[in-house]
Amino acid sequence: MRLKTLTAALAVALAATGLAACGSGGGSDPKAITYWASNQGPSLQRDKEILTPELAEFTKQTGIAVKLEVIDWTHLLDRITTATTSGDGPDVVNIGNTWSASLQATGAFVDFDGPTLDKIGGQSKFLATSLRSTGAEGKTPTSVPLYGLSYGLFYNKKKFAAAGITTPPTNWTDFVADAKKLTNPAANTYGLSLAGGSYTESAHFAFIFGKQHGGNFFDKSGTPTFATPQNVAGVKQYLDLLGVDQVSIPSSAEHDTTQDATADFTSGKAAMMMGQSNTTAYIAANGMAESDYGIAPLPIEAPLPPGGERVNSHVAGINIAAFKDKNTDAALKFINFMTSKAEQVKLNQAYGSLPVTAEAAADPAFQVPTIKTFLDVLANTSAPMPMVTNESQFETTVGSALKDLVAQIVGGKPVTEGDVQAALSAAQQKLGGS
Amino acid sequence: MHESRSYRAIRAVGLTFLFLFTVLPLYVMLSTSLKPLADVQDDFHWLPSTITLRPFVDIWSTVPLARYFGNSVIVAGCASVLSVTIALFAAYAISRYTFRGREIFRMAVLSTQMFPGILFLLPLFLIYVNIGQATGIKLNGNLSGLIITYLTFSLPFSIWMLVGYFNSIPRELDEAALVDGASPVRALLSIIVPAAKPGIVAVLIYSFMTSWSESLFASVLTDEGSKTLAVGLAEYSTQNAVYWNQIMAASLVVSLPVVLGFLLMQRYLVQGLTAGAVK
Amino acid sequence: MASPVSSPARPGGPPPAPTEPPVEGGRRRWSVQGGALPYLLLAPALVFELLVHVIPMITGVVISFLKLNQFYLRHWLDAPFAGLANYQLSLDFHSEIGVDLLRSVAITIAYSVVVVSFSWLFGIFGATLLQRSMRGRSALRTIFLIPYALPVFTSVIVWKFMLNQDNGLVNHVLAQLHLGSGKHFWLLGDSAFFSMALVGVWRLWPFALLTLMAGMQSIPTDLYEAAEVDGANRWQQFRKLTVPMLRPVNQVLVLVLFLWTFNDFNVPYTLFAGSTPASADLISVHIKQSSFITWNFGLGSAMSVLLLLFLLVVTVGYLAVTSRRTRDA
Repeated sequence: MRLKTLTAALAVALAATGLAACGSGGGSDPKAITYWASNQGPSLQRDKEILTPELAEFTKQTGIAVKLEVIDWTHLLDRITTATTSGDGPDVVNIGNTWSASLQATGAFVDFDGPTLDKIGGQSKFLATSLRSTGAEGKTPTSVPLYGLSYGLFYNKKKFAAAGITTPPTNWTDFVADAKKLTNPAANTYGLSLAGGSYTESAHFAFIFGKQHGGNFFDKSGTPTFATPQNVAGVKQYLDLLGVDQVSIPSSAEHDTTQDATADFTSGKAAMMMGQSNTTAYIAANGMAESDYGIAPLPIEAPLPPGGERVNSHVAGINIAAFKDKNTDAALKFINFMTSKAEQVKLNQAYGSLPVTAEAAADPAFQVPTIKTFLDVLANTSAPMPMVTNESQFETTVGSALKDLVAQIVGGKPVTEGDVQAALSAAQQKLGGS
Repeated sequence: MHESRSYRAIRAVGLTFLFLFTVLPLYVMLSTSLKPLADVQDDFHWLPSTITLRPFVDIWSTVPLARYFGNSVIVAGCASVLSVTIALFAAYAISRYTFRGREIFRMAVLSTQMFPGILFLLPLFLIYVNIGQATGIKLNGNLSGLIITYLTFSLPFSIWMLVGYFNSIPRELDEAALVDGASPVRALLSIIVPAAKPGIVAVLIYSFMTSWSESLFASVLTDEGSKTLAVGLAEYSTQNAVYWNQIMAASLVVSLPVVLGFLLMQRYLVQGLTAGAVK
Repeated sequence: MASPVSSPARPGGPPPAPTEPPVEGGRRRWSVQGGALPYLLLAPALVFELLVHVIPMITGVVISFLKLNQFYLRHWLDAPFAGLANYQLSLDFHSEIGVDLLRSVAITIAYSVVVVSFSWLFGIFGATLLQRSMRGRSALRTIFLIPYALPVFTSVIVWKFMLNQDNGLVNHVLAQLHLGSGKHFWLLGDSAFFSMALVGVWRLWPFALLTLMAGMQSIPTDLYEAAEVDGANRWQQFRKLTVPMLRPVNQVLVLVLFLWTFNDFNVPYTLFAGSTPASADLISVHIKQSSFITWNFGLGSAMSVLLLLFLLVVTVGYLAVTSRRTRDA
């Protein structure tokens, strides 16, 4: 059957093409680059609006055109993965800085060694803390910081005044006491709203609380140490806000995103919330006036437990990276541009994030008390999430474990230290295989 | 036919239950889309405090819904038409001819249904990229890759439905045409296709519907310019997680074409199923 | 069928009933030998199937034998050969990974059984009630079909909103009817399983309704009239006439419903925003969360292949058992 052979031949040809080693697909036009931006603003559209004039400015300065695509967080990692595997991707891309170590391991991104860093202004241009979140320790980073973020405590000024609280709490004991004053279940108002159903937020807080108790989720050699007593104590303290202290609105157990907690905050159901600096944009979008709320650093346990660290945020933020085998020169020029003082000031102001360069951080725009708070936290009391290649697996497993513990609490069964230990232990076991 | 009182009671209760079960969420979708934001952040109310069309206006301004809409129409339309056409020919071959490999083909088609899509997502992307590099035909980040993917997804079911349907069309009809000197393809197009109209329409609708709402492959195979409504809606909902009125409005807009089309054509679907897959 | 992962409730299972042409007037007419023509007619379908289904699937299987994680993503053909390591890891029931996988399969089986049963029950119930013509019959049928026509995401997101703890309709109604506190968490803990099943049934039962109504239409009404004359009441008519005549339809329908539901990705993923509670850990989301999200494609592919093998065994077994029963009947 001639046709049958033809079909078979076609199939083989297709198979050969499909299985062929991926080509490089290098950038052909030195005067154009493709840039995948992450979603930093309230909508993809808004991101485009904010970035487009800046990209035009870049083109004016260098003559290099930038093709922009803004990708939302649920898809960004998938797109980066497919781009890495196929070699068909952008020249420059934003990444979540917690992905740094994992993406570094792919070897698909340009190394920022000495000479390369010099092309974008040198290592000293960046804030020291932000640099700590660019890859595994001791290895050459493959991304540099772009936007900084840190956690802060948002509190409702009117409610605080009505409850007679004059200053925001600085340690957890005071925090719980204040929150209890602000909690009135009958009126459905609570002291706090958490994003109890978000596995990323849960993982972050497990990390932060763990640090305050002297725990680490990975040791120096990268071996996971999830279920240490310190981590258990930290996680338990976080969960107790919902369970034992009962100062967090019960529906927060279901909140998948910080936005849900923000909605509780702005509608008055919760007097406080813990969020990253860009939460200000969502609060504004919900119609709450800036003068109605205050910002303080997250509390730190006092006295600090033995071995505990003064950490009340992880080094949150967005990094920027360049794919190898593409238009590297133009990409570096673009990265230089994006980390220049002017752009850092403009963009971080627009997004409610924090500058990552020393120059920009000194700009008066960021000396406003609220932003200064976040900057200080980022510079002084933040620690990078574990820079290990299976960091995202850590977030997924620990985050889900916490989510299930939260569900247990609101299901009526209190969570014990033993439960926490068992959950963290199980989460650690799931890391096997990577 | 005599209908006892007790049967009528059972029927009334049963149908009422099914009706409420079906309609309640639909009512929620509609009423929420007409509510101001304050309503959805508060406790649940059956009726909007004031009826407002703001959500519908807002969704068009924050998301390029029009572009996504257009992309979805093109992708679903082309995929369904192409899929049905290819299925027609394949079904004709299976129904009217014996040939080696017929059974293997059938078994292979059944097994493609069991494969979890997530497994061949990355390889498919890789294949498209390599085709693009080898031949210059860009298949990802492009509507064409998506069209090819979707038309293939609906092929198995389409072929099966049409085979069943064709089998119920008496052979004398097309054999008469063949005897008169028509080519087999002529016979297919001028005899069988008109007789199989309900089956063909059913397959067309099914193919369109599946392509319209698929989002996993769309999220990977499209870029901003080629994004479809299914992906756009998911993204929109994540970003506006608490603005339920807008999410419901967007959902309504996304659903309307498919639901309307389906309802208009459901008569054909039933006919198609009756003679096709069911026999 | 569209990827079983993304459109669970779309028709997709080809009926395995034999496609023999109908016997006409005593003479069995066989199909004609057509030389190259049938292959030509099949060629386009074959090409697309190969390109989009077969080759990627084979590639996926190949990947399952490789240690393909982020280190090798760039040159995946150079990823080290892992033999059966990925499979061993998935099936290691002493480790959390294997236990989790098993638990997920068990949950998925339970979910599929619940959803298929209720969808079928509602379907046959509705089809029987709508069997005879009555006022409003086609309007009702039209309305009943709407959940099936809705895009998956839309239907799930509406239920997510309704099952919300603090401002969802379900808790509101329950509180008003004094059936409980009205403060239950439907999307957390063990309730998550039932919420997910509820949404699954809501989406799927119209297809059962549609198929069964179509099947019933081909049962001649004079059979019912004869039965009525013989003194059978409705229930007996249903049991002795409708059900047996629908057996071939049901054989296919149940298999199709099961395959879709088992591979369902969208319902859990959308209902629980990507990270499912332990009680609702369906296998397709489980595979994505435990491997793909962490770049462990080798492991994820191995798990997917295991899933495929499992479904193959179940399908073949099901067809063998049900066909035998049909023969014996």
